[in-house]
Amino acid sequence: MPPLIVKRRLILLCALLVFVAVWFVPLPALRASGTHEFSLDMRQFEFTPGRIEVQQGDQVTITLSSSDVVHGFYLDGYQINQRVEPGITRQITFTADQTGKFRYRCAVSCGALHPFMIGELVVNNNFPFWRALTLLGVSLISTLVYLYFGANKA
Amino acid sequence: MITLPRPAPPSARPAMPAALKTLLKARWFQPALQLITLFGFTLAILAGFFGTPAGSRNFGIVFVWIVWWALLIIVLVPFFGRVWCTVCPLPAPGEWLQRRGIIRRTPGKLHTLGKRFPKRFKNMWLQNFGFLGIASFSAIILTRPHISAGVLLAFVLAALGLSLVYEKRVFCRYVCPVGGFIGLYAMMAPLELRVRDCKTCLEHGAKDCVVGNDQGYGCPWMVYPGNLKRNTYCGLCFECIKTCPKDNITIRLRPFGSDLFVAQERRLDEAYKAFIMLGCALVYSTVLLGRWGWLKNWANMDTLPHWLLYAAGLWLFNLVLLPGLFWGAAWIGRKLAGEMKIRDLFVAFAYTLVPLGLAAWIAFSLGFVFVNGSYALSVLSDPFGWGWNLFGTADAAWTPFAPQLLSFLQVGVLSVGLMFAVNTAYRSARQFYADHRGAFTAMLPVAGLLTLITGVFMVLYLG
Ligand code: SF4
Ligand SMILES: [Cu+2]
Repeated sequence: MPPLIVKRRLILLCALLVFVAVWFVPLPALRASGTHEFSLDMRQFEFTPGRIEVQQGDQVTITLSSSDVVHGFYLDGYQINQRVEPGITRQITFTADQTGKFRYRCAVSCGALHPFMIGELVVNNNFPFWRALTLLGVSLISTLVYLYFGANKA
Repeated sequence: MITLPRPAPPSARPAMPAALKTLLKARWFQPALQLITLFGFTLAILAGFFGTPAGSRNFGIVFVWIVWWALLIIVLVPFFGRVWCTVCPLPAPGEWLQRRGIIRRTPGKLHTLGKRFPKRFKNMWLQNFGFLGIASFSAIILTRPHISAGVLLAFVLAALGLSLVYEKRVFCRYVCPVGGFIGLYAMMAPLELRVRDCKTCLEHGAKDCVVGNDQGYGCPWMVYPGNLKRNTYCGLCFECIKTCPKDNITIRLRPFGSDLFVAQERRLDEAYKAFIMLGCALVYSTVLLGRWGWLKNWANMDTLPHWLLYAAGLWLFNLVLLPGLFWGAAWIGRKLAGEMKIRDLFVAFAYTLVPLGLAAWIAFSLGFVFVNGSYALSVLSDPFGWGWNLFGTADAAWTPFAPQLLSFLQVGVLSVGLMFAVNTAYRSARQFYADHRGAFTAMLPVAGLLTLITGVFMVLYLG
């Protein structure tokens, strides 16, 4: 193989390895053990608050209410699904043991934009996000290196 | 993966496998597929008009905007290019009416008024504005079965109307808002239809592929295969395979994204298609999948002024802000690397948004397919939401699928898109600056901008 191709392959291979490493390398869990209580109101087609942030390990209690029709509270990644009728509050409690951004979604068809009724629970430190940004940097830098040193200069 | 396209020396392009050729030469091949999609399409329209108004229970919404859309943008376009256009039901009634026949090649001219399509519309601008127009109402169209069905019906009627007035597939080529972006992103596909040897075409005066013969019709897409360098406007109808007496047409594999480097065919209308598509992916990811309820309500036209503001923002972002940013990046690049025609450089850099935009659409679409794909099961058994249970799956529960896998895939797709885009920026810059360093410098600002855009998607999805 011509040296240029070898160099390119090497660069690509390194990039791939870094990719895998960045996404899968285990990071120490910074466990907190606080408790957090939130009230969360649902209305067509939004949650208030639209974003909740907690620390990994926190015990989270959310008091759910609806101010118009029947909604549902489904939390990605936590197997939580709670129906909420207007006028009756419901409580859910869970331990935020996984880090990242998890969307809560309305789980009871409540009107046209129901599938887009979405809010966010962020469990810090948001490692998946930092990993993603690192990957972004790796992608950019490896491509630039590849182009600068591997490209056919003629 | 990232290599310059190496066009095979023309005469070296191999013929297709015999079985494939027989299939593609068969006159029943395309209509057979179109009949199937036409059936699904009719069902979608009927369900939209007469089925339940709850979108997630209606075949017309779930199968068009979740199943079809995902299939199109995640599988068909990236891997097979325009192959959807082979089977698309929208132009079928009009085309069959023009031909007065479905399978067999009917003799004589096409039955139309035979008017000439105005020259100023022979580009992507109608498709650009059509897409933006539909995008402005997307929150409404995507969620109301009867409106969605009305839009689909309007598409067929428009195709039918145009085919009465103009010859061939004017609708597909110049009007269909879906056809526009399929054409743009089909440049990425690792599959192409080309002639095997351009010389054969040059020496062949009769040009059966253009005018047609008793084996098939002249190219319905108004393309001359002998000149074909990109996938953008070839609708993969395979008529030329049927008509070419020299057996000079072939389908072959190639590296992803090869068409991006065909410098002489870059155009401003296509550049804007690239801006609009990326811009809409960004806006949808924010409005539809984001956490801002007020934005959703604006897009949903809770009040007319709110919607007007939203639509104005959408148009401004796509037509002014995003192109402006690219213009700025091209301008800085030119300042650093040396004098060059800024407009050409700007247009060329816009094509970096083809890989990135496609990646963004894949990431966005994965985002709602993983979450809402399970609706397909229940709707299959009860397409109208009337309480049927055809296959016993009507009560399948809504279950979002694997959120962690989803973010992993989104990050992966976006990263690959970015790498592809930066690579495209460099290769295109090389077409302007012959020297390596100059080209590298010229594309750095664009590379930065592309990274920034990718970063915004990552913030939206994971941040
Ligand atoms: S009919 Fe075949 S050989 Fe003749 S111009 Fe068309 S593609 Fe070329
Ligand atoms: Cu709801």
